[in-house]
Amino acid sequence: MLDAILGSFARLGFRVTSRIQRLGNASRFLLATLLGSGTAWRRFSLIVRELYYSGVLSLIIILVSGLFVGMVLGLQGYDTLQRYGSSSALGVLVALSLVRELGPVVAALLFASRAGSAITAEIGLMRATEQLSAMEMMAVDPVARVVAPRFWAGVISMPLLAALFSAIGIFGGYLIGVVLIGVDEGSFWSQMQAAVDFRLDIVNGFIKSFVFGVIVSWIAVFEGFHAAPSAEGVSAATTRTVVTSALAILAADFILTAFMFTGA
Amino acid sequence: MKRTTLDLWVGFFVAIGLAALVFLALKVGNLTESSHGPSYTLQASFGNIGGLKVRAPVKSAGVVVGRVASIRFDPQNYVAVVTMDMDARYQFPVDTFATINTSGLLGEQYIGLEVGGDTEMLKPGAMIKKTQDAVVLEKLISQFMYNKASDAPSK
Repeated sequence: MLDAILGSFARLGFRVTSRIQRLGNASRFLLATLLGSGTAWRRFSLIVRELYYSGVLSLIIILVSGLFVGMVLGLQGYDTLQRYGSSSALGVLVALSLVRELGPVVAALLFASRAGSAITAEIGLMRATEQLSAMEMMAVDPVARVVAPRFWAGVISMPLLAALFSAIGIFGGYLIGVVLIGVDEGSFWSQMQAAVDFRLDIVNGFIKSFVFGVIVSWIAVFEGFHAAPSAEGVSAATTRTVVTSALAILAADFILTAFMFTGA
Repeated sequence: MKRTTLDLWVGFFVAIGLAALVFLALKVGNLTESSHGPSYTLQASFGNIGGLKVRAPVKSAGVVVGRVASIRFDPQNYVAVVTMDMDARYQFPVDTFATINTSGLLGEQYIGLEVGGDTEMLKPGAMIKKTQDAVVLEKLISQFMYNKASDAPSK
């Protein structure tokens, strides 16, 4: 009896310490990535290539999802607001929810599943097929050559994708609200412009998307680099990237929102 | 993929990303108005500011002529002192009347300036003498009930 209880405590303790150890490894890996990114910035074509794969190829999914999220916001927002006779505030509702929350968060979730998983799978396969070891044999640092460009490309593209998501979402809300339903166009834009503050809303949304970019890219390169060198290992690492990124994005979003949008 | 095509696509991506940011800043956030030109400050004290917030608009004849810069409590006179950043293009006479109004039934509160007839203008940093407090709905209702009760014929 006592052994069983102690055993369960021991298992719990082991799980906690191994998680903390993994977090520590991840932090050291991030530091190594940052220290090794000099090469990537000097040879900028490395980053440009990764910008194509993680940024440009994510454009379609970001734009289409943003448009639909904006259109749904337009429909739902109008349905709720017209009950209170304030359908002219539709622009405010669409713009604030997109710029503050939905733009950064949904774009980051999509980015994690579109680009983050691809980065993990690519680096994991390099690990499994011993390309990374081969680089080390040739005295090429794989962190500087493989990891850092992917990390920085993710950090650069994430804020741009989030801004695109918000902009096209507002356009979608405009399409539904003004063009389809017939909310007054003047009040749609003017109330939006009166309510959205540049520093408080847009800059904070930008900061959020930047933080999410760091989180997603960090998790993706770490999981890929430390994937078990087998087919199963790569698939498990890819799954972990998407799940961990989603949880980390939502948790970080709560913390950032608590700091940014209270008190003012 | 060829190097030039890659560069082209990435350049295109970065360009439309930045264009989206500019769109958000100018068309949605209206950066152009919030960073307006030269301004001067005016002060006004109110017995009750209701739900007035910092950055609330200051309007005269319905046109925004400034913004609330800060609100503080004056512990000597027990009143709220509101500092306003006024657009330097507009000057107001010394007998201007400052009221706290609500736009619509549930809208935000703003400061309305009703212009007097004096020829002397308010100096930067000056205090607006004549003010009217925010309307507190509970007081209004209780006043109404009280009047109703006193109007009722006594038996």
